[in-house]
Amino acid sequence: MAERKKNVDAVIIGYGWTGAILAKTLTDAGLSVVALERGPGRDTSPDFEFPRIADELKYGVRGDLWQPLAKETVTVRHTPNDVAAPYRKYGSFVLGNGVGGAGVHWNGQLWRASPEDLNLRSHIEGRYGKKFVPTDMTIQDYPVSFAELEPHFDHFEKVCGVSGTAGNLRGQIMPGGNPFEGPRSDEFPTPPLPPIFAAQIFEKAAAELGYKSFPCPAANSSIAYTNPYGVRLGPCNLCGFCERFGCFLYSKASPQTTILPILEGRSNLEVRTNAYVTKILVDNTGKTATGVLYVDESGREVEQPAGLVVLSAFQMHNVRLLLLSKIGTPYDPVSGKGVVGKNYAYQMCAQTAAYFSEDVEINPFIGAGAAGQRVIDEFNSDHFDHSQVGFIGGSLIYAGATGGRPIDQMMVPPGTPAWGDGWKAAIRKHYRHSAPLGTQGSVMSYRDRYLSLDPTYTDSHGLPLLRITFDWHDNEYKMAAYSAAKMEEVVRAMKPEKQATILMRPGNHYDVRIYQSTHTTGGAIMGSNPSNSVINRYSQSWDVSNLFVYGASAFPQNIGYNPTGLLAGLAYFSAAKLRDTYLKSPGPLVQA
Amino acid sequence: MGNSSLFDRRQFLLGVVPAATLGTLGVAGCSSNGPTPPSSSYAPTYFNTAEWAFINAAVARLIPSDGAGPGGVDAGVPEFMDRQMELPYGHGAYFYMKGPFLDNSPPTLGYQLRHTPREIYRFGIAAANSATQKSQGKDFPLLSVADQDHFLAAMEKGEVTFATVPAAVFFAQLLTNTKEGYFADPLYGGNRGLVAWKWIGFPGARADFTDWIDQAGRRYPYGAVSISGATDG
Repeated sequence: MAERKKNVDAVIIGYGWTGAILAKTLTDAGLSVVALERGPGRDTSPDFEFPRIADELKYGVRGDLWQPLAKETVTVRHTPNDVAAPYRKYGSFVLGNGVGGAGVHWNGQLWRASPEDLNLRSHIEGRYGKKFVPTDMTIQDYPVSFAELEPHFDHFEKVCGVSGTAGNLRGQIMPGGNPFEGPRSDEFPTPPLPPIFAAQIFEKAAAELGYKSFPCPAANSSIAYTNPYGVRLGPCNLCGFCERFGCFLYSKASPQTTILPILEGRSNLEVRTNAYVTKILVDNTGKTATGVLYVDESGREVEQPAGLVVLSAFQMHNVRLLLLSKIGTPYDPVSGKGVVGKNYAYQMCAQTAAYFSEDVEINPFIGAGAAGQRVIDEFNSDHFDHSQVGFIGGSLIYAGATGGRPIDQMMVPPGTPAWGDGWKAAIRKHYRHSAPLGTQGSVMSYRDRYLSLDPTYTDSHGLPLLRITFDWHDNEYKMAAYSAAKMEEVVRAMKPEKQATILMRPGNHYDVRIYQSTHTTGGAIMGSNPSNSVINRYSQSWDVSNLFVYGASAFPQNIGYNPTGLLAGLAYFSAAKLRDTYLKSPGPLVQA
Repeated sequence: MGNSSLFDRRQFLLGVVPAATLGTLGVAGCSSNGPTPPSSSYAPTYFNTAEWAFINAAVARLIPSDGAGPGGVDAGVPEFMDRQMELPYGHGAYFYMKGPFLDNSPPTLGYQLRHTPREIYRFGIAAANSATQKSQGKDFPLLSVADQDHFLAAMEKGEVTFATVPAAVFFAQLLTNTKEGYFADPLYGGNRGLVAWKWIGFPGARADFTDWIDQAGRRYPYGAVSISGATDG
């Protein structure tokens, strides 16, 4: 029999970015809130202290900040007819764990979506005709516009102290920024750091080709900065231990460095760590959540009753918990009906390594997750005419090292032996003189790509794992090849001695062994009505009106940008509606 | 071979070695030195005598000591590997290890064996020695270095068959752990004297490039430092 805790106004499942955003909103409004986090508590000190954090093996390879797969993983198969195999070792994506979630080990590349990403289907059909969208492609519009989200994008950038250069300020195209971005109401809160050397070479080459490169929007603050909540961040020093690490300098924005300090000590907030939620409880009507069930760190089952449930775990965990709780109709790929698990999507990325001569000092170990990098956005979203290219979507193209980690990021040219004298000579010759470039490409959603519960494999509590059914479609092979060709063109203009590209080509299946992107999306998507989505424009469950679901699980299809800016914008948009409307008069915010 | 993960990390993207062409990689250059003696006075905890001899011999070929640059054995890689076997990693604690274990899963779905890294070594080393006993009448460490290189390459390509674990899986773990030990902070037992970092020009745990933000393109002048603060190991 589960121990039953005292009722609270709201319970939050998952204490990462969106959990922190909602914890602030709800406690500001005077609600009593319990936040449940499956992993341990973590803070800059002592968990990310220098020099212990500068340990590639521990954090970059073994992944001590990641979700322990031994306890819970996912299973993966390529088609609905295959048997799924468990994701036993990290490869394709790395999941966060603990307070701060993936917001601790992320890179801090903080993008907004392009305006047309948010009304993608109607935009594409309007510009290219209805037949342009393949029949098995299940993309749909967000039920919220760029203009509605813009104030929330702007606010989150200020919370994070994002460094960058505006490209479109209130409709005016600005020199040095991204001319393809939607109109922003304000400049970035902090100026960009100068480009690192590889990014400088890229910038020059891109300019020669007529492309407008700009600094990657970086939640790696460039200066001492105080955010709107009064929390202070410090300048990034390009330490090289950013991606996959926690930041010891209070530079990389994370819940710990931006929001959690002001929540510390609030009497109406209790954070319980090592609390593994197993079920969202609903009453006998099935339309009202009554709280959650979780297993605490001693292994006891605990019931936490609550009037409002905030589901703010990672994308995959949100979907799994909805399925385990039997909330909403699971998606059926045969009939196309049902919504929970629908429209799982990913990203397709290509990489080019540029090998320079030994007088070109790339210093690959100097770099951050985002600061110092340069990007071109000409070939992303619908920034170019797609009528002749035969695909929908695109990629951003970026240059800039994220630490030159010797175990994980050593680059040697094709043909180099993997071991022996030849390898040893090659690593000396190339390590300091090679630069990585990449595309980050969108993946559309399809009828046969979805999430469900695995019939065989279970977590350490005996509950079914989430099952991913995913493989690439022709649209994405074409998109990636097109983007990679553009990247290679820029790299040639950078004049390396050699260059080599890794690209998924038709016939290459989705491969879980190779790191590609942790930007997994969908499964609890937002839409205009209950037949096409799990949540409405305010992130509110259509089925259970006192349940709100946050994160990239809301994305109806993926974008060619990192997801954190968009998912935080959606969370703040929802939080404002909760504060202004829902808390005064609970109930459905959109009539089905 | 249908159920193994040979290439499970980002390095294979950044290393620009398409999985489809990995089988065609050339064999490393061979030299004619005799068997390399085991590293220092370190007494292994996990590996038995025969295994320790194998690890030392294999590491000496994967990252040789002859020629320019530090060798894996001199850098302490065997000690690193033995110590890793005693840590959660060696016991498979980082991996999802619940069954059932699929026999016919496509390689793209990743590692599907029931074995921990410790078991991969235990089975793999025994199988390797037994294979060279059968073909050449000697354990692997007693082969000429040319024959050692030939046998390592055969395992790498999956051209030898072991009854217990796929040879290519065993080789992939051996090579991965060797490079981990070579490049990891010396606190784990390898990269002694920061030799691997010095060899490639990686400054280790320095982690502060404020003074280099405005000097992009100039060679970074400061040497390597470890987490312990050592600059020479």
